[in-house]
Amino acid sequence: MHSIKKKGFGRDLKESFIKNVFKISGLLTILTLLGIFALLLYTAVPAFREIDLKEFFTSTRWDPTSPEKPEYGLLSMLVSSLLVTAGALLLAFPVGLAVAAYLSDVAKPKTREIFKPIIELLAAIPSVVIGFIGITLIGPLIARVFKMSHGLTALNGSLLLAIMALPTIISISEDALRAVPQSYAEASLAVGANHWQTLIRVKIPAAKSGIIAAFMLGMGRAIGETMTVLMATGNARSFPHGFLQSVRTLTANIAIELGEVPYFTTHYYALFALGLVLFVLTFIINLTADLIMEKQKRKLQ
Amino acid sequence: MFNKKTGQKMKGLIHLGLVLALALFSLIQPGLAQKKMIQIKGSDTMVNLVQILAEEYMAKNPGAAIAVLGGGSGTGITALINGTCDIADHSREWKQKELDLAYEKGVRPRIFAIAVDALSIIVNEKNPLDTLTMAQVGSIFRGEIKNWKVLGGADQKISLYGRQSNSGTYAFLQEHVLNNKNYSPEVKEMNGNAQIIEAVTQDLSGIGYVGVGYLYDENGNVRRGIKVLKIKKDENAPAFSPLDKEAVYSAKYAISRPLYQSTNGKPSGLAADFIRFELSLEGQAIVEKEGFFKIGQELMEQNLKNLK
Repeated sequence: MHSIKKKGFGRDLKESFIKNVFKISGLLTILTLLGIFALLLYTAVPAFREIDLKEFFTSTRWDPTSPEKPEYGLLSMLVSSLLVTAGALLLAFPVGLAVAAYLSDVAKPKTREIFKPIIELLAAIPSVVIGFIGITLIGPLIARVFKMSHGLTALNGSLLLAIMALPTIISISEDALRAVPQSYAEASLAVGANHWQTLIRVKIPAAKSGIIAAFMLGMGRAIGETMTVLMATGNARSFPHGFLQSVRTLTANIAIELGEVPYFTTHYYALFALGLVLFVLTFIINLTADLIMEKQKRKLQ
Repeated sequence: MFNKKTGQKMKGLIHLGLVLALALFSLIQPGLAQKKMIQIKGSDTMVNLVQILAEEYMAKNPGAAIAVLGGGSGTGITALINGTCDIADHSREWKQKELDLAYEKGVRPRIFAIAVDALSIIVNEKNPLDTLTMAQVGSIFRGEIKNWKVLGGADQKISLYGRQSNSGTYAFLQEHVLNNKNYSPEVKEMNGNAQIIEAVTQDLSGIGYVGVGYLYDENGNVRRGIKVLKIKKDENAPAFSPLDKEAVYSAKYAISRPLYQSTNGKPSGLAADFIRFELSLEGQAIVEKEGFFKIGQELMEQNLKNLK
């Protein structure tokens, strides 16, 4: 009797301990996020003692070390970031969705078991390696195909980021498609629809929010990527007018300039302001993805 | 949420590793730590040269440890101001802002010229042009001349390659050739001299600028695929190539500059000894072998004064 009671007490203690460890870990994550946000905000705000807010968001010229007049306009870089990301998603999303549909509906379980880990392995390739492929392989290829003198363009960045966003898009869309209850597909097949019709008209619409979430998370992955675009897109500061032009993204600019900038100067604070813009951007994207996924879960229950 | 797997961060990590290793080493040998270990940081143009000088020096002086890191002239000067390196390498002069900051923090820089660099303008080997004037180079990089046709070349858009703004080479060209005007926003900013050479080798309409030391391969031959342009001071002046050492010595080649090292106050111990080695006949011979140029009489006298 005594020993059983002791065991029970020990288990309670252990359980509440573990529970608290989990709780603290969760809180720690939130605190870290808030901390990063606070630090960015705190370091970014002094930039606007000297920089006009309107100039910062609407000027296309960024040249903080200019001997003529330092200029701090993020528009070219913001548009470049969005352009490269949009290109990446345009390439990766249709392919990703097709692969996801293949894995969830067409492939035999055995094939799927082999394919899925391999696709997820794609996410493990270091970004610097992908960037290197961009310089030595894809860049020169773009130059040849489009008869240009070089291939260090937004398109190069988009192609590479598409490769990097694919695993996220495939993995999450596939999960969403598989989460559609079997009864949906059975009902569709029962009324005489074939597999293709069932997939296109029933399963994909049912998994819509999950697929949108996959798209958003792929976007988050692409917009925050630094090393690959830094190596592959040529980093010219001009405003982008198309995919066949060299561009400099927000992330690449921060990476290029933060190493050299004298601390606690306007330029230094301005780089943190760029970081803040990027943070807010990715935060909104991820939050939207989360909300959509939550909606999907509730709908299917 | 952020993906900052950047080169800078990697450099930072390597840097951190080196510092930790040095710190560990200094714990093991507390007596030697003060004098036998120094950290040099700065100009990417100088990093190979100083690394080789340091290796030669360490081979002659066992027990001395010199760590050489790149990062750019601005990075080196900032590190000296912040006290995180013993010697800063810089391929441009101190900016007034940096001097003010240094004095504010009690840092009194002493500056030594250890070599002379000539900045070379390179194009693809298939480019028909051989010579440009300083003014033309300036116009090209300011974005005023956009097509090779204007200069007598093929009807092709000029494709510009340059360094990033933390580079001394970037600042030097802007100051001496662009007359302190802005670079064209079309310049593709590459991660180092080697990347510019690689890009110009592939790009038929490319033009870029690199330190002379990077023009040669390991056998001392000019790299294939590029053409080193001759530069005229003005329309009527004769053209000189940076590959012509006599022209650079006598300052006939227009785009040349001293390469500097700075210490905080009068250098002592290992730092002083290393700088003396760099300025010695032997050190200067290494400078020549690495594709840079010896420093002239006047600069040398200034150096010796600063060592005292």
